[in-house]
Amino acid sequence: MEYSKEVLDHFYNPRNVGEIKDADGVGQVGNVRCGDVMYVYIKVGRRPLGKESRVKSSEKKPQTLNSKHLTDEFEEFIEDIKFKTLGCAAAIATSSMMTELAKGKSIDEAKSISRDDINEALGILPKQKYHCSILSADGIQKAIEDYENKKEKSAGK
Amino acid sequence: MNKIYLDNAATTKPSEKVLAAMAKVNEEAWGNPSSIHTIGQNANSKLHEAREIVADFLNCDFQEVLFTGGGSESDNLAIRGIAQSSQLNAQGKPHIITSETEHHAVLHTVLELEKGGVIEATYLAPDSDGVIEPNSVREALKKNTVLVTLMYVNNETGVKNPIAEIGKIIKEENEKRQSGDQQQIYFHTDAVQAAEWEDMNVESLGVDLLTFTGHKMHGPKGVGVLYVRKGTPIKPQITGGGQEFKKRAGTENVAGIAGLAEAINELKAQSTKHKTVESLRDKLVAEIVKNIPDAIINGSQTMRAPHIANISFINAEGEAIILNLDFLGIAVSSGSACTSKSLAPSHVLTAMGIPPEKAHGSIRFSLSRYTTEEEIDEVIRVLPPIIKKLREMSPFKS
Repeated sequence: MEYSKEVLDHFYNPRNVGEIKDADGVGQVGNVRCGDVMYVYIKVGRRPLGKESRVKSSEKKPQTLNSKHLTDEFEEFIEDIKFKTLGCAAAIATSSMMTELAKGKSIDEAKSISRDDINEALGILPKQKYHCSILSADGIQKAIEDYENKKEKSAGK
Repeated sequence: MNKIYLDNAATTKPSEKVLAAMAKVNEEAWGNPSSIHTIGQNANSKLHEAREIVADFLNCDFQEVLFTGGGSESDNLAIRGIAQSSQLNAQGKPHIITSETEHHAVLHTVLELEKGGVIEATYLAPDSDGVIEPNSVREALKKNTVLVTLMYVNNETGVKNPIAEIGKIIKEENEKRQSGDQQQIYFHTDAVQAAEWEDMNVESLGVDLLTFTGHKMHGPKGVGVLYVRKGTPIKPQITGGGQEFKKRAGTENVAGIAGLAEAINELKAQSTKHKTVESLRDKLVAEIVKNIPDAIINGSQTMRAPHIANISFINAEGEAIILNLDFLGIAVSSGSACTSKSLAPSHVLTAMGIPPEKAHGSIRFSLSRYTTEEEIDEVIRVLPPIIKKLREMSPFKS
């Protein structure tokens, strides 16, 4: 199996490993039968919307103006993110890279992290390991989904 | 630090004597053994010398020794060769019995013949120890059975099949059939992993066909042997010239063959190594199980060759363990999904009823006659923290 330097670096020294005890959202993806399981924990923060970031995100994705994570003054963002993964080197490396890509991003930006983004950042995975990047991208989506569901529920109360 | 090589079931390091023997043939006996002139005949006498050494090793006649391009070719020649020759005279479709734990060289060949409509096939399931019960072979025999092909030592687990016992069953059945003028059953064993460590006497094993290869016994790659008992009808798979008693065309790889013969000569001088390797393997297994929780030995602990151990580490993944060991200069292997390039867990462990979540964390340690106690101690020292680190990264508690 030929892995890029980046993959091996993230495998041997994974970033953001661990759990967030009072996480705002948790994503659980994969299953033991196929060999890879990933849990993603996120802590969501609110920050004042800087002029610059507002313009940037509206240029990139105009629909985020209607986002539930964005008001005129504030945006929600990934304040902290951790992961736990049982799996091969690619599963661990893509988990690690995904957390690096997501950390500090607005929720809307983090939502749009794709498998290709993770793949590119790692310098392309071997073909048969491509599914690992799908798993990692799913992991962050699921964690955000979980956060949104919880938020809706508590708003409904 | 020197590299520690514990992947001898994948391939072994060619010994110095083997390399010297091969170089010598390439320099001094490089002729074509089929040529009539002296240069050719020099090569031919090297070839014959090697054939006699193999014949002596297997306790057979030199005419029963075919040199091939390796273990997979020998397996293919045995299985396809029997299937295609009996197709011509047997009544109905020939039936082949094999097992779910075979090497892919056997398994995929039988599967392909079956899918192509050439044969009927039965795939015997092993018991949970990985062993094929002799009785299950007896029960699977049919009127149109032409071949039973079962491996001697499993390449993933080191588990040994009772080949001699199965050989007896087939012999008994053949005696009954002889009087009724019925289809004879031929018995093939893939002995690739057994060659260095187990009894290779084809008479006591009761086999008609036997495969082994040079590179699992410190000989060269690209050279294999198929033993074919006199009177066993096999159809050549490589056609052309009349080499190898008209059963395998192509100019012989004389240097490789001489290397293989040299490897056998060295084996004979190494007969005490069996116990040494076995006790090193046992120490490795005992210490791992003692120092690492949830480490499970896969396969029989009595019916096994001395050089292989297969251990599952629950809640850690095979490839991740391999790469961490490799980082420290230790080479091991895994039958698990991620290293074998397919995503399914090992077919051998699956056949033994081991669930995927355990199969994914399996590691194969395979020793050689060159493995030292210091090397085993080093593995025992570095492995526990690796497993611990991976388990801490896992979402599951162990």
